[in-house]
Amino acid sequence: MSAFTGTGRLTRLALRRDRIRLAIWTLGSPLIGYALAESVASIYPDEQNRIGYAEVANTSVVARAFNGPIASTDLGAVVVTETYLTLAVLAALLSTFAVVRHTRQNEETGRAELLGAAAVGRYALLTAALVVVVGANVLAGALLALAFVGAGLPVAGSVAAAAAIVGIGLAFTGVAAVTAQLSVTSRGANALASATVGVAFLLRATGDVLGQPAADGVRLDSAWPTWLSPLGWGTQIRAFDDERWWVLTLPVALLVAGVAGAYALAERRDLGAGLLAARRGPARAAAGLLSPAGLTWRLHRGALTGWAVAVAVLGLAMGLAGNEVDDMIADNPAAAEAIAQLGGGAELVDAFLAAMLGLFALTIGAYVVQALLRVRGDESDGILEPLLATAVSRTRWLSTQVVGSVLGALALMLLAGATTGLGYGLAVGDPVGWTVDLTGAALLWLPALLVGAGVVTALFGALPRWSVASSWAVLIVFLLLGQLGAALDLPQAVLNLSPYTHVPSVPAVDVRVLPLVLLTAVATALLATGLTTFRHRDTPT
Amino acid sequence: MSVIAIENLVKTFGGVRALDGLDLTVEPGEVHGFLGPNGSGKSTTIRILLGLLRRDSGQVRILDGDPWRDAVALHRRLAYVPGDVNLWPNLSGGEAIDLFGALRGGLDPRRRDDLLRRFDLDPTKKCRTYSKGNRQKVAIVAAFASDVELYVLDEPTSGLDPLMEAVFQEEVRQLTEAGASVLLSSHVLAEVEALCDRVSIIREGRIVESGTLSELRHLARTTVTVETGRPVTGLSELPGVHEVRPVDGRVRLEVEPEHLDTLLTHLVRFEVRALTSTPPTLEELFLRHYGETIEGDRQTPTGGAR
Repeated sequence: MSAFTGTGRLTRLALRRDRIRLAIWTLGSPLIGYALAESVASIYPDEQNRIGYAEVANTSVVARAFNGPIASTDLGAVVVTETYLTLAVLAALLSTFAVVRHTRQNEETGRAELLGAAAVGRYALLTAALVVVVGANVLAGALLALAFVGAGLPVAGSVAAAAAIVGIGLAFTGVAAVTAQLSVTSRGANALASATVGVAFLLRATGDVLGQPAADGVRLDSAWPTWLSPLGWGTQIRAFDDERWWVLTLPVALLVAGVAGAYALAERRDLGAGLLAARRGPARAAAGLLSPAGLTWRLHRGALTGWAVAVAVLGLAMGLAGNEVDDMIADNPAAAEAIAQLGGGAELVDAFLAAMLGLFALTIGAYVVQALLRVRGDESDGILEPLLATAVSRTRWLSTQVVGSVLGALALMLLAGATTGLGYGLAVGDPVGWTVDLTGAALLWLPALLVGAGVVTALFGALPRWSVASSWAVLIVFLLLGQLGAALDLPQAVLNLSPYTHVPSVPAVDVRVLPLVLLTAVATALLATGLTTFRHRDTPT
Repeated sequence: MSVIAIENLVKTFGGVRALDGLDLTVEPGEVHGFLGPNGSGKSTTIRILLGLLRRDSGQVRILDGDPWRDAVALHRRLAYVPGDVNLWPNLSGGEAIDLFGALRGGLDPRRRDDLLRRFDLDPTKKCRTYSKGNRQKVAIVAAFASDVELYVLDEPTSGLDPLMEAVFQEEVRQLTEAGASVLLSSHVLAEVEALCDRVSIIREGRIVESGTLSELRHLARTTVTVETGRPVTGLSELPGVHEVRPVDGRVRLEVEPEHLDTLLTHLVRFEVRALTSTPPTLEELFLRHYGETIEGDRQTPTGGAR
């Protein structure tokens, strides 16, 4: 029996466990790529538009930091610049979570012990995980290349652009293989690997911000920090320019190094053990923890802090970018129209800022769903049962969760408004005024967020077993109506289904109170439904 | 006034009748054993008692209140230990204990520390790193440190080692000495024998037997092995005699306790040389009630092979 015995069977087991996840992953990213490529092609149809885009993209500090350098003025290069961050981060995180799920999580739950006691080699679990994740990356990459070709882009560039994304997936597969050996918990392993993604992003952004524009004005020579980052390598392949295929050896080398390191660590440690000890906690609870509200804060504060940092950084960046909107869009009527449609106003900058707040509200809607769905997680995990066996009523427990999630979302929304206002205000020389204005405008989105909380609560009360899937489905419908509704020329009656349609796009238009009152009434009715149905039902696991 | 009084309780899940006319009474100050095979309805009964599930029909009173309507007021007066303890992974064990205590209306900090020491539990470890046994200890310490009238324990010791099992039994005795009542669902027969004043056995959603252990023993058959000078005849015609078989020149049979006298009168006519009589062990008692063929056994006196 070798250290790899059983790898084949475990690979099939992993494929069986993840057949739905893997299908969504391998089909989802190519679909996203195709949709974005089509939409970019419609906004930047001719070379002249794209030269303007490339010049702005390579001079704007914000654009360089977020999207990275643009390789050329080819349509494909614009598509890559617009899709790169989304696809790259998706590939990095999906690979990380998949590796950890099939390695450390199996150890944490004790499944690995059961498997290890069978005729299964020491490396089999890790190898099976790597086979599945590398396979998924390659398959998704092949389909992504086809999607780009299908959208009418040149073949060589399409393959290079897709290979760049595959490379990122492979690099972080190697990283996650190591972090899964280091941390005792799957949460810790995921956090370590995700932090590496964050560091990689910052290194690439730093390198690209410090980069020197080339003589032709549409290309950028990135500084050295970019070359330290797997996210940087993907841009340095220069798809749709003169493709530098040799760059692909870097992620493959990182994968090989990571896997070798993981095997070496697996050889030296016990099953279930890690190299980083689990942290200890206090022997006694602080007084602040000892209530449903205290517990809610404790359970949500980590995620909320992460969201707050992301929102603040994005808000500042978007605000600073607001000052560049005029330049960026002046010679591109198609893009101007797209922004005006999202923001729905006259003044381009106001429309841009309003559109940004709307996007923040949609994103923070995801925070509401994620935070509030914890109620269902606690119920199905059996954590809720002993809690409800104490002197806490169902109504008190659920309403505490709702209030906690909504207050968290409100704080994020106000933060989004304040940082966007601060960024734009700094750029135009009126930081205080713009901060106050946009914070006020952000507050107007609260009723829409309340409706989101109401939907989750009502679904949890009425259909507990279906509440997770259906809550996310509703949010995705809101998102699609908000983003594609106008572009697809959907009838107003359909657009009206989303609460986000009804919030006035301040500062682009004036405040209207009636829709906000009606949204609040709908939210109240949904929340009441959820609380009542929850009080009258069993608590199924 | 009974602490728990259930009459004709029915609960269905879809088409499955999980509880089918269950009756159960727990008197003040007693430790009541609640036994039955897996899936027989023990946890469903306990969840209804805690107001986590709604009953379809029947009467349920706990601490003289309605478990569904008066849930919050009742929960201040009882403590619950689930069989499968799940905790918040990022809280420490000590925090989880304090939290449960506070949500129940307060716990005795000296008793808490004493219990932590006795159960040898490190309260600074995060809940996600605890083994099953240690998670159970967290729930046990949180429950036992609360000064309440009723303790509802659903297989509380299934992950504890024998040493901790002994500590658990001592602590339960202390609770009852202080006047509390305990409903103890358990598969650990030694624990049931050591602690329980009365037991109820549930099967397929009904109580099939309820009483003190000696009452239950009385309902079960005694095994008799007898060696005689002449071959014994006519045994299968005797009332209450089952499973007659020859073993190494002797005869072994089972007899219902009330017919033991008749059997002995019959046997002396065949020159008895040796005779042993063994009352049923707890295992036999429970296996009889857990087993599938219990009803059939009773009705066919000749019995079948075991």
